[in-house]
Amino acid sequence: MNTSHLLFWFLTALSILSALMMVTSRNPVHSVLWLVLVFFSISGHYILLNAQFLAIVNMIVYAGAIMVLFLFVIMLMNTQSDAEPHHGNRMRLAGTLAGGSLLLVLVAALRESELRSLQVSAPEGNIGLVARLGSILFTDYVVPFELSSVLFLSAMVGAVMIGKRH
Amino acid sequence: MPINYYLFLSLALFSIGVAGVLARRNALIVFMCIELMLNAVNLLLVAFSRMHHTAAVLLDPTSKAGAEAQILVFFIMVVAAAEVTVGLAIIVMLYRNIRSVDINFLNRLKY
Repeated sequence: MNTSHLLFWFLTALSILSALMMVTSRNPVHSVLWLVLVFFSISGHYILLNAQFLAIVNMIVYAGAIMVLFLFVIMLMNTQSDAEPHHGNRMRLAGTLAGGSLLLVLVAALRESELRSLQVSAPEGNIGLVARLGSILFTDYVVPFELSSVLFLSAMVGAVMIGKRH
Repeated sequence: MPINYYLFLSLALFSIGVAGVLARRNALIVFMCIELMLNAVNLLLVAFSRMHHTAAVLLDPTSKAGAEAQILVFFIMVVAAAEVTVGLAIIVMLYRNIRSVDINFLNRLKY
C-alpha cells in the first residue's frame, strides 16, 4: 500500500461522501459547496491518472467558473432554504431506490468483466502535460477547437436572448 | 491499481447523480446532479485513456497513445461550460416567470 493507493482511497471516499452530501443537503448553497468538493477530488483523481492539464482545467472551469455561476444564480433568486415544499417521502424513496437499483445492476453486470486484469499504472510520463496536449490540439484537432469558439459564441448569444427581460 | 476501482467509483457517482435527479425537486439541484453525472463519465474516460496508455507502453516504451481521450474530455468540458450558461439562463427565466424553481410547476410547458 503505497502513497498513490492511499491517495486513491482517500479521494474516492471524499468524492462519494461529498456527492451524497450534495444530494441530501436541503440548502442549495451547501449543495454547491459540496459539489465544489466533489470536483476538487475528481481533479485529484485526474492528477493520479497523469492528466495534469485536465486537472487544472477541471478546477478552473468547473470549481471556479461554473460553480460561481451557480452561486450567483442562487443568490440572485434569494430562495429560502425551505423553498422546496415537502412532498412526503414517497418521491425521495422512489428516487433513491431507482438510483440504488441502477448501481446494483451496473455493478453486477461489470463485476465479472475482463477488465479486472487490466491495470492503471502509477503516475509517470508526460502524456497529460500541456505541451503534449497542446501540440495535438493545434495540429490534429484544430478544426474542432475553432468550432468550439463558434459554440461559445452561440451559447453566449442564446444565454443573453433567453435571460433578457421582455 | 486495477481499472475496476475507477469503473465502480464512476458508477457510484453516476448513480448518486441519477438518484438526485429523480428525488430532488429543486431545478438547480437537479442541474447540479446532471453536472455530477457528466463528471463521473469524464473520470471514467480519463481512467480508460490511462489504461490504454499503460497497455501501449508495454509494447512500445516511447508510445504516446492515450492523449486523444484527454482531448475528448477537454472538448466535453468545453461543451458542458456552454450548456451550463444556457441552462442557468433558462432557470433564471423560469424563476422570473413563476417565482419558483420547483420543477413540479413545470408540468405544462406553456404557462
